[in-house]
Amino acid sequence: MARKITYQQAINEALDQEMARDQNVIVMGEDVAGGSGAPGEQDAWGGVLGVTRGLYAKHPGRVIDTPISESGYVGAAIGAACCGMRPVAELMFVDFLGVCFDQIFNQAAKFRYMFGGKAETPVVIRAMYGAGFRAAAQHSQCLYNIFTHIPGLKVVVPSNPYDAKGLLIQSIRDNDPVIFLEHKALYTMEGEVPEELYTVPFGEAAVVREGHDVTIVAFGRMVLKAQEAAADLQKQGIHCEIIDPRTTSPLDTDTILESVEKTGRLVVVDESHPRCSMASDIAGLVAEQAFDSLKAPIRQVTGYHAPVPFSDALEELYIPSAAKIAAAVKSVKEYK
Amino acid sequence: MSAIQTITMPKWGLSMQEGKVNGWLKQVGDAVEQGQEIVEVESEKIAGAVEAGATGVLRRQLANEEDVLPVGGLLGVIADASVSDADIDAFVADFLSNFKPADGEEEDQGPTTQKIEVNGHKLRYLKRGEGGEPMLLIHGFGGDLNNWLFNHEALAADREVYALDLPGHGESTKDVGEGNLAALADTVAAFLDAVGVASAHLVGHSMGGAVSLTVALRHPAKVRSLSLIGSAGLGNEINTGYIQGFVSAANRNALKPLLADLFADSSLVTRQLVDDLLKYKRLEGVGEALSTLSGNLFADGRQNSVMADQLAALGKPVLVIWGEEDRIIPVAHAHAVSGKVQVEVLGNRGHMVQMEAANDVNRAIARFVG
Repeated sequence: MARKITYQQAINEALDQEMARDQNVIVMGEDVAGGSGAPGEQDAWGGVLGVTRGLYAKHPGRVIDTPISESGYVGAAIGAACCGMRPVAELMFVDFLGVCFDQIFNQAAKFRYMFGGKAETPVVIRAMYGAGFRAAAQHSQCLYNIFTHIPGLKVVVPSNPYDAKGLLIQSIRDNDPVIFLEHKALYTMEGEVPEELYTVPFGEAAVVREGHDVTIVAFGRMVLKAQEAAADLQKQGIHCEIIDPRTTSPLDTDTILESVEKTGRLVVVDESHPRCSMASDIAGLVAEQAFDSLKAPIRQVTGYHAPVPFSDALEELYIPSAAKIAAAVKSVKEYK
Repeated sequence: MSAIQTITMPKWGLSMQEGKVNGWLKQVGDAVEQGQEIVEVESEKIAGAVEAGATGVLRRQLANEEDVLPVGGLLGVIADASVSDADIDAFVADFLSNFKPADGEEEDQGPTTQKIEVNGHKLRYLKRGEGGEPMLLIHGFGGDLNNWLFNHEALAADREVYALDLPGHGESTKDVGEGNLAALADTVAAFLDAVGVASAHLVGHSMGGAVSLTVALRHPAKVRSLSLIGSAGLGNEINTGYIQGFVSAANRNALKPLLADLFADSSLVTRQLVDDLLKYKRLEGVGEALSTLSGNLFADGRQNSVMADQLAALGKPVLVIWGEEDRIIPVAHAHAVSGKVQVEVLGNRGHMVQMEAANDVNRAIARFVG
């Protein structure tokens, strides 16, 4: 059986192996090399939660600690990408994207188009996202939908260690800007991951579980919540099919539509706020293109149109739970 | 028999923790014989049938179709008609109250795979069983040691049985070197040396059969006997559409229809099987390894190495097993050597006959090697 490592180790390994393979790959961001409180270089902490630990010593000069200025170093990474490097810039918390909107949306995402296809911007921007850490409203958001809205960006939301490694390697080798989003709550998740390099292509959904009653499309951490719900529902005789799109842009619409054509019922699970979300995007897609297959209204299980609460009890209520997913599945299954 | 016998959820492969009941082949009250298939079960990776461990009457079915049970969970009970219902109910109650499913983590996981350095290749292998005359299982093109998950444990009942991943396959080194039969055979011979086996019964499937034959020709002292299953190396014809398609398939939709050609019953191609093969194909070096091997072994739509004429000269016992519906390598290759060596053709089975008719194949090999 293949070796098991964590989601966090899988990301570290992808960075390490790609840096070893390609000298043009560099890592930059706040605290990615050192970190607060570390006395020496060898035991440097490596990022907020230690994801880049060890890279500084293994790849001298190519793990760059930056000033606390996202607009500055994200812009620098994009510029370096245009000049032939393959930078992986860490935005730390995705919530900080606001200060580098222009660099990402109006520069990196547009270069290929504005320069008539002559410019390539092979930059990866990594960031943590998601609720559940009592980190309050400014460090808990789930913003992949905002990047997904912008043509020219590719957006990756791995839900497990295997996909994290393969999709990050694919992201680094891709010649367009890629936003790579890591859910904090998944960092300690273990899974089988090959030691070798491998890639997982963009725009290929994973069918995580097969079933014929209800299709559940879920993103990132919500894939695990959906699996939890599906295991319970199986005991009650309801068989769910779970689809993990893995990338929100490009989106594997075929796999979603084929599944809904089979089951006739759709529940979309998205940790984001409900308005203009991946949930509403997929609900719209299916309503428009698979209407004849639907046997029940589409249900969306999402966060709320409210900031993520700091209070323990309220934050847990905010995050879509297995129970809420199961209730939504039952409601579409029992719809007459 | 007097005792009450259980039918439990089998463990097919190291990662299997639970299985789903696909349907009962025998009903309560039916007389069953030891070795008869009783119930169909499906793991994440594969579907198969569970055999009766004893002769008697199927007295209870404790799982319905679509039920999911942990490995070792009670599926049914076989007993003589003379055993009272009360005794059976008491037995079942006792079993259920004492049964604890393995939690799948640190607990007894049985044997685990190992790696060994051979001729510059790191090879993964799995050893089961102890003593007796050793046996080595060699998978086919694009396969790995999991191709033997229905066979390995059964064959290892009274001997040590190794299964390896050939270079370019599974979790072994992906560099295949020259990537021809001679190179693979030399690696297999060196593997036997490395694990301290002087000579072994070789069991080869498909390309692994051609590798086994080549080991017997190049390193005769290392070979006790050959069991060749749906084997390459016995004729020119091969389904090159499959080979080329397998090498080039880059996604699920391209791969899945190809895999249907491997089985007589194409419903055996599960999503997990397709996903596992895609994961394998996406490892760095695999594309090159498969291209090199298929270029050397199956160029121009034909098998380039045919050793059927040399079977007699080998001076080794040879058993040839084939699925009659094999759509990769035609069963005619088995018929052609019939009379010269022992041949078993299994009806309604395809290329992966060791999976589709595992019990028949296991019995045939066990009888053959004695």
